[in-house]
Amino acid sequence: MYSHGSESLMKQAREIQEPELQKFYSRLVKLLQGKELGHETVDSLQRLHLILSATKYTRTLPSELRTRLLSLLSSPVEQLQVLSSAVLREMSPLSGEELNYIQENVGHLNSHTAALLLSKAGTRADLSSVCVQLLRGLDNRPSEAPAHSLMHTLPVLNTILTHSPECLTEDHITLLSKRLVDWLCYASTVQGGGASSGRFFTGPRSRQPVPIAELDGSSVSGNFFTVLCVGQGFTEDQWMNVYSFSMLHHWLLTYHSVSIGNSTIETDDRSEVDGSLVSMVSATSSSSRLLPPKERLREKAFQYCQRIIEQSDRKAQKKTDTDLQKACLVEAVCILDCVCVEDASLVFRTFPSIKGLFGRLSPDLSFARVLLPIAQFYLNHGEMAAVDCESVWKLVFGQFPAELFNDPFLAHELLRFLRLNLEKFQLGVPQYTHFFPNLLKFLAWDSPAVVDDFVDLLPSLVTPVTAVELLHTLLDLPCLSATLILQLRSTCLPISEQGGRGLLSLDAFRNPSFRGLFLFMLRGEAGSGDTIDRLSTLHDLLAEAADWPRVVHCAQTVPVLLHIYFSTVVMVADEKLLAHLILVMLERSSILLKIPTYVKEIHRVFSCHLLRMCKLWPSLVVDQSHELVEFAGISGNVYSKEELYTHVVWVLGEYLSVSCDSRCSVRLITSCFETLEAVLFEITSSGTPDGTVCPAPRVITTLMSALAKLASRSHDLIPRVSLFLSKLRTVTRSGSVAWCSDEEDLVAIVTRGEELWSLLKAPGVAQSVLTPSPHITTPQWHRDTNVAMPLQLRALTSLTHPQ
Amino acid sequence: MVRCFLIHTVCPISALSAGECRVLYSRVFGPDEAVLSEELQELNPEERRLVQKEKVAVVARQVHSAVTLSREASGRQLVEMVPGEEVLALQDADSGVARLRAGDPFNEEMSVLWLGVQSLGFTLVCEPHENLLLAEGTLRNLTRHCLEHLHMLGPGSEVLLKSSRIDVLLSRLLPHGQLLFLNHRFAQSLEKEVAAYMAK
Repeated sequence: MYSHGSESLMKQAREIQEPELQKFYSRLVKLLQGKELGHETVDSLQRLHLILSATKYTRTLPSELRTRLLSLLSSPVEQLQVLSSAVLREMSPLSGEELNYIQENVGHLNSHTAALLLSKAGTRADLSSVCVQLLRGLDNRPSEAPAHSLMHTLPVLNTILTHSPECLTEDHITLLSKRLVDWLCYASTVQGGGASSGRFFTGPRSRQPVPIAELDGSSVSGNFFTVLCVGQGFTEDQWMNVYSFSMLHHWLLTYHSVSIGNSTIETDDRSEVDGSLVSMVSATSSSSRLLPPKERLREKAFQYCQRIIEQSDRKAQKKTDTDLQKACLVEAVCILDCVCVEDASLVFRTFPSIKGLFGRLSPDLSFARVLLPIAQFYLNHGEMAAVDCESVWKLVFGQFPAELFNDPFLAHELLRFLRLNLEKFQLGVPQYTHFFPNLLKFLAWDSPAVVDDFVDLLPSLVTPVTAVELLHTLLDLPCLSATLILQLRSTCLPISEQGGRGLLSLDAFRNPSFRGLFLFMLRGEAGSGDTIDRLSTLHDLLAEAADWPRVVHCAQTVPVLLHIYFSTVVMVADEKLLAHLILVMLERSSILLKIPTYVKEIHRVFSCHLLRMCKLWPSLVVDQSHELVEFAGISGNVYSKEELYTHVVWVLGEYLSVSCDSRCSVRLITSCFETLEAVLFEITSSGTPDGTVCPAPRVITTLMSALAKLASRSHDLIPRVSLFLSKLRTVTRSGSVAWCSDEEDLVAIVTRGEELWSLLKAPGVAQSVLTPSPHITTPQWHRDTNVAMPLQLRALTSLTHPQ
Repeated sequence: MVRCFLIHTVCPISALSAGECRVLYSRVFGPDEAVLSEELQELNPEERRLVQKEKVAVVARQVHSAVTLSREASGRQLVEMVPGEEVLALQDADSGVARLRAGDPFNEEMSVLWLGVQSLGFTLVCEPHENLLLAEGTLRNLTRHCLEHLHMLGPGSEVLLKSSRIDVLLSRLLPHGQLLFLNHRFAQSLEKEVAAYMAK
């Protein structure tokens, strides 16, 4: 599709030299001077466009060429309009002269010229003038203007109001509101000209107006024209009906939102006074002619959308029309939502059809994306209409993620829906957090696409109730990913499949005795248990999934999410919960799916946050000392969980003291000491467990420091440490040791050992260095009576003022 | 509104080095957002154009990596298609949607819809409140027309030398970035106009 030929073409265009380029320009000017502009001219213009757009840096055209190109904007040949507009878009902005030229010579602003003016607009004033020009064209159409000349007006206006809504004055808005109403509700209901009947003899009988039809072929009796009506040909106002509906939502969002800052104050006051009358009127009467233009547009938008909803129930004859019906439903519900936000009295008139729509569509999962705007409507107006929304949330959070997790568009829209309405959910539907296992299915399936959304959503899912189960679920996200793959495979593939990937795990998935494990992974709601006992069995069954790309992608996002989780949980959890989480971390450190680097990354996250938690709540260490010491006592952990082990030892050394928690007894310190001492002896003895791997130097120094710290708190342990440290010095003096391969590392270890040894020779000093009291580690100078400012000032004053 | 439409390469191609992404066609609709934002007022027009080209390149690269990851995850093999099999190529295409945060690279948050057909990606950058169902349908329609009218399944370079055809296609089906609710009759009428243009 993109061949070497294309690549060399692009290279040529980018690297064309100045002399050659100038020659090309002058040749082109000559061609454009000719009367007839044929294929060669068009080709050359196309090449010019390629040359200009291939490079990031703007080239300058000779002024004559620019002038010629400007004149092409009003050419009757569309190809020349397109090309000149495209070329000029790649150039520097249009000068004032050039803009005037366009205004005068390009009589009726065609679509391509409008595109150029928009793209080169340098200020809001430029946009305003385009706007004014277009609206003038709307009001007084010259009779010789081509048939479809109006059609680009609304798209251009929509572009302007996207970037700069203030460009339209109040009068413009009123004018357009009136025209929009005309096009939306009063377009003709007969087929337009250009309907080629294919007959040779066109007598008066065949010129009878043929009415338009609905999508299922039935007649449009008495109703107005909409985008879901068909005919052989269309009149101009029917086209404008399509364009009007296409921009209606955006129009209402821009000009009908509750607070519009820039519009004049008087009209706001006026509409406020009329507002109370209007709301009474709109609730009862259908005659909307008395309403001011904005309110009339609102009422007509309401009617149009109701008609769309009714039309969407018809069975369309073509598939593209069925898809269009779905898109129209989404748009109609969004517009109704917008209109009801603006005028709350419309809610009572709207809810019946929305409810009917929900009832009709909710059993059919292929309408899931239509049901999301309906859910938004319920969220915005359900309370006011006192409607029970339980079934809506069950569908959106309970069913959609479970069955449609692999639809990327639904995932995007559902997560966006949740993100935008997070506050409303937290206030009104707080139980949505219980559906986190379901929501995480989107992440497990397609992590790269939705991880960004979860960075925003995860903090809200971390509550004291869900915290522990959420941690387990996050750690098992790759398992969920593998399970979802197996679930899909098992429904797609026949029972007996020869060969193919995933055979073992697929068998396990279909095996009744392991059903419970997989069902737990696939659960939709939290609350049925934090995790399962046979988790390691599950990991063994899924071992071959460790290199499936989807699972690997998922595993890469887990550490990031864990960081977010822990940062959030320390803010919402109390000490008891944090203690529980420490236990979970220690326990899960060995129960993780064996994906390369995954286990290491998780340990790193654990270590970082263990440290943070203990810093915040030092008494956690004494509280969980039993488990922490047990973990530190397993010498195998030194090799398999080096990072985590180091940090556990460090927090034990640092925070296992009376100053952190009064429950810390001498017995506790001694037992911890003995455990650590035993491990240190073991790993520094000549034989290592498998004879090949050495303990990391950092582990050894951390163990030594921890022992020293503990000894400084219970002085009768000091001789034991000192003895070990001096033995260490002796052993290392005699040359290399089996447990440390690198000489520099050995020197570092020995140096640390010597420092600690000399420190411990003076127990009192050791204590204040290794176990500093809180008022030194967390100074609060402003509260210290010795250094507080007022006292200092008073002291200074009394010194300087002679009494 | 659709902010821009791009056609760019999405998978490793022999003509390009690994990871490189070439933008074959880009059309940004409407005024440059740098013009109307306060922070970027000091840039001169050349710099603004440069910034806009860079933004387009950023989007292309994001979609490139999204397509790569998506194809890796689904594990499907790419089947070579030849001209004439456009409808099949479209049916077989990967599709997805991603979120671009505000400031990265557009001033406001955007949704990026993409369609990966063989080694080319067709991308629409839309404002997030836009009707994504309609956008998806429009993107598929545009892609089908591009593949057919520019013979993109073959090795030719028509997409580079006949970009005016895409401009005209966009001016009918996505005028100034406006998504249109077109039933099959309206669409037929516009497509007839486009076909008439292409024939010239």
